[in-house]
Amino acid sequence: MAGVAASSRQRSKIAPYLMIAPALIYLAIFFVWPVISLAMTSLSTAGGSVFLPTMEFGWKFSNYSEAFSKYQDQILRSFGYAIVATLVCLLLAYPLAYVIAFKAGRYKNLILGLVILPFFVTFLIRTIAWKTILADDGWVVSALDSVGLLPSDGRLLSTSWAVIGGLIYNWIIFMILPLYVSLEKIDPRLIEATKDLYSSNTRSFTKVIMPLSMPGVFAGSLLVFIPAAGDFINASYLGSTQTTMIGNVIQQQFLVVKDYPAAAALSMVLMVIILVGVLAYTRALGTEDLV
Amino acid sequence: MTTQTGAALSPAAKDADKAPKTVKGSPKWGDLVLRIVAGLVLLYLFLPIFVIILFSFNDPKGKFNYSWQGFTLKNWLDPFKYPPLTDALLLSINVAAVSTAIALVLGSLVAVALVRQRFRGSQTVDTFLVLPLTAPEVVMGASLLVLFLDLGWATGYVTILLAHIAFEVSFIAMTVRARMRGFDWTLEDASMDLGANPTRTFFKVTLPLIVPGIIAAGMLSFALSLDDFIITYFVSGSSVTYPLYVNASVKASVPPQINVLATAILLISLLLLGVGTLYRRKRLDV
Repeated sequence: MAGVAASSRQRSKIAPYLMIAPALIYLAIFFVWPVISLAMTSLSTAGGSVFLPTMEFGWKFSNYSEAFSKYQDQILRSFGYAIVATLVCLLLAYPLAYVIAFKAGRYKNLILGLVILPFFVTFLIRTIAWKTILADDGWVVSALDSVGLLPSDGRLLSTSWAVIGGLIYNWIIFMILPLYVSLEKIDPRLIEATKDLYSSNTRSFTKVIMPLSMPGVFAGSLLVFIPAAGDFINASYLGSTQTTMIGNVIQQQFLVVKDYPAAAALSMVLMVIILVGVLAYTRALGTEDLV
Repeated sequence: MTTQTGAALSPAAKDADKAPKTVKGSPKWGDLVLRIVAGLVLLYLFLPIFVIILFSFNDPKGKFNYSWQGFTLKNWLDPFKYPPLTDALLLSINVAAVSTAIALVLGSLVAVALVRQRFRGSQTVDTFLVLPLTAPEVVMGASLLVLFLDLGWATGYVTILLAHIAFEVSFIAMTVRARMRGFDWTLEDASMDLGANPTRTFFKVTLPLIVPGIIAAGMLSFALSLDDFIITYFVSGSSVTYPLYVNASVKASVPPQINVLATAILLISLLLLGVGTLYRRKRLDV
């Protein structure tokens, strides 16, 4: 018996490493190495032609300063749009997540299923549907026009708000789900206790429910902000040349213009800014609630 | 769909009124406003879906299915009219299935190791796993393209698979880990105490405990892969997945069959959701 225990303990010393090795090696090759290649590219000098681009590594930090000065508008716009989209997602998702967690009773799973259902339609097709909804000859534009709420140029499509609206719609699910999970975890007896201690509804919300749902708020905000800041679909489907984001530039530079160093520098800027935020988050709250 | 939800909410409201905890001075109108706001948000989530379903019955005059021209059933009678669309859908399903199968093995092993074993560096592994989730898709796609260019690999089916596995592994590891936390692992000891050997214990106790989490993670990963556009766009070469086909059609012509297939996928998901709910309820009753 003792022999068995000892051998299993011995085995378990290397067992975890054997179990994590395949995935870590995979991610080292197909995540870490590509990012290192990208970083190297961002410091290289471009040469050759569009058809046969060549690169030479040479600590060319000017790629970064050029990227910043040339695409300053797109960088600011991306983070601006992503921040607005994240805040609106939070405002819209909180009441829904709250109702599902506390008020839905036995219909909880059904409503949760309904919330997830729209996201079974491909992201691009949903965005095309918004194009139809916001179209110049669509009913939304004519309805807003008849009540005099239409912006001065008479369009919804191709505006910043159309792009932000698309960002909100496409990623709100990543706000609703973590919020729901964190609200669901709250012990209802805590809320009862606040009532027993004569707290008002507002007070029990601000003092108990809201603080306890903060992990969900943070996780949801990151899960909306990250894809929104790097997106280029909403800007290209719903926006105009005045609403391009970093993603559009990176995509354009990589796949059309083939100026790899500039595109790589922009990608690094985007990733580093997001990474700093994420590391600050995981330091403060851990990774447990992120997914 | 929304009327159904409205009906779904009101009986729950009655239940809540009966419960003693809400008796203590909760203003009814505040509650009502909250429910209405939640209902409106749910309606908002379905707005484009209604448009997609409606336009699957449209009879567009030109190449684009953007404005309503008239009702027809002919799109539904001929959903596979465009072979490239069908091929793209099949390729996406193929990629999603193969990449998920491989990522499930890699991801689940990490999750089991993180939950069941104490080892040096588990914290670092944890943080490392989160990193791919936090990299913007456009950066992941671009960096993989740079890697494949460096290596001189032609982009296509294999590179799409490799890229999809790369973003699925972390998702699967995190999801399975989240599901495994809080299980009663002393059941394993109980099984050993009752004379089962480790292999038997694994197949009779451990595996049944972790399988639901693995299935959930697999479904999530399958859906993510099927829907992925940005990363695939960078590494696809001349292969065309379903989202890539949709994107190309936006520039050339949008056949209503896109809406038909999207609606069909939605209906199948709804069916699975319904079956899943019934199955769970049945199991709870037993």
